Amino acid sequence: MNTEPDLTVSLCGVSLPSPLILASGILGTEADLLARVARAGAGAVTAKSCSLLPRAGHRNPTVLAWEHGLINAVGLANPGVDAEVKELARARELLRPLGAALIGSVFADTVEGFAQVAARLVEAGPDLIEVNISCPNVHDEFGTPFAADAVAAAEVTAAVKEAVAGRAPVLVKLSPNVSDIAAIARAVEAAGADGISAINTLTGMIIDLHARRPVLANRTGGLSGPAIRPLAVRCVYDIYQAVQVPIVGIGGVSSGRDAVEMIMAGATAVGVGSAVYDQGPELFGRIGTEMVEWMAKLGYSRVDEMRGAAHR
Amino acid sequence: MITTSLPVAARIVDIADESATVRTLVLDRSLEAEPGQFVMVWLPGADEKPFSLVRADPATLTIARVGSFTTQVCALRVGDSLWLRGPLGHGFVLPPRAADRRQGSILLVAGGYGVAPLHFLAERALADGWAVGAVIGARTAADVVFHRRLAALGAEVHVTTDDGSWGERGLATEAAERLVAARGAHSFETIYACGPEPMLAAVERLAQAHHLPAQLSYERYMRCGFGVCGSCAREGWLVCSDGPVRSISAVQDRTSREVYP
Repeated sequence: MNTEPDLTVSLCGVSLPSPLILASGILGTEADLLARVARAGAGAVTAKSCSLLPRAGHRNPTVLAWEHGLINAVGLANPGVDAEVKELARARELLRPLGAALIGSVFADTVEGFAQVAARLVEAGPDLIEVNISCPNVHDEFGTPFAADAVAAAEVTAAVKEAVAGRAPVLVKLSPNVSDIAAIARAVEAAGADGISAINTLTGMIIDLHARRPVLANRTGGLSGPAIRPLAVRCVYDIYQAVQVPIVGIGGVSSGRDAVEMIMAGATAVGVGSAVYDQGPELFGRIGTEMVEWMAKLGYSRVDEMRGAAHR
Repeated sequence: MITTSLPVAARIVDIADESATVRTLVLDRSLEAEPGQFVMVWLPGADEKPFSLVRADPATLTIARVGSFTTQVCALRVGDSLWLRGPLGHGFVLPPRAADRRQGSILLVAGGYGVAPLHFLAERALADGWAVGAVIGARTAADVVFHRRLAALGAEVHVTTDDGSWGERGLATEAAERLVAARGAHSFETIYACGPEPMLAAVERLAQAHHLPAQLSYERYMRCGFGVCGSCAREGWLVCSDGPVRSISAVQDRTSREVYP
């Protein structure tokens, strides 16, 4: 008797009805919108990163679509952790009956700042906390991201772990803009990370020929979407060989085929973000259906059976 | 390959003053757009903000000087360039044509500068054989724009001002209510509105009370304009890509009041 392939996975001990996760920064933080994404079929939703104090972000233009993906420099606009806690608590209530997990995301410009925001954000009751040490768009303000340096990445990880004190597993989101992502992954694992999210965006620029200047107000921005998928798959593959903790594979996934590829590279769960651009917030259901079709075709009954398959 | 959304340069070929603070810019570019759709207008070094189209062919914008960005746009001269991204979002839809009878009437309710996209709709509707009633509400006579343009198109235009300096003293929605009541329940096929949110809420109540469908155009701060960043979220609904026009059917109860599709 054939049974339909099962999409449920366990991520750092949190049970997800689907491995598909709304990536941070896509669709913001509004609770009703996060619930809409969960209703569409996401197994978890990640809120936009929040800081201790509100941030207006960069001036527009901040988000554009080019031929092979998006480029953005929103500049970590967010209402600050106090407002974020209220909105995420509301999201928590809306998501509970849907069975979807809530991932809060934090960032700061100092190690102590990360700990402070995480300690406060965990009060909203998120299922997991993601630590954004890899935003490429605040370089002018904050300098080199923590994700570029193994020692700095490990310090943030340890500080957040201590601040969260076991109330939620901690995922650390890594940057591809480094020469050896596996080395950074090993460092954050050793510092106590419960999981790794990879990857954040790559730095890029688009220039308007008539204006003779970069289009984004921040000049540079993070590249995402189809163009970066093979690079993200390679990063996840490298990280899987370097660490034992679970990986959330993120980067250019827009179909069930892409999600299965990410899992074969070693991901436990798969972030989906930029594909919302051309497929809308309802794409999670469609990608899940395609995953089930691929699993049936390849003879898998559970997502776990596919994980790391490309390493054999 | 995905569809790009990058700014495209356009040159200003004509400028017309609508009032002391409102200016219409005609551009040397045409867009395939529906009434109610918008464009992101970029001025390099300044900012990029959403504006409704007043006309698509040629692309025409009406800008009210309300802040630093709009002041810079209004300072542009004929021959200068600005950049457009779009058209974006979902606009107004005219009611289906009735095969067995002549076209009926539609009612437009405009709050302040919300008249701009409704002018575009009126042009399309009148060309399609619809009778168009329009109420323009403004704070004071100096803020009433597009009155002459709408009347010249052939719309029946009513003006209300908060201080009674032009037309009836009161709110646009009060005048709309009287028009709907005077003509009987099914005199208008659909009510279309663009303006401040309290006005849109009042139009929604009016439409529900008279069992009329309505299409309401919302405004929010926007970044991407294409449904990715979430900056314009409104109760689970993306104003930029699900909207900016929200349709409400004539027959509706509370349980079906989902604000997203």
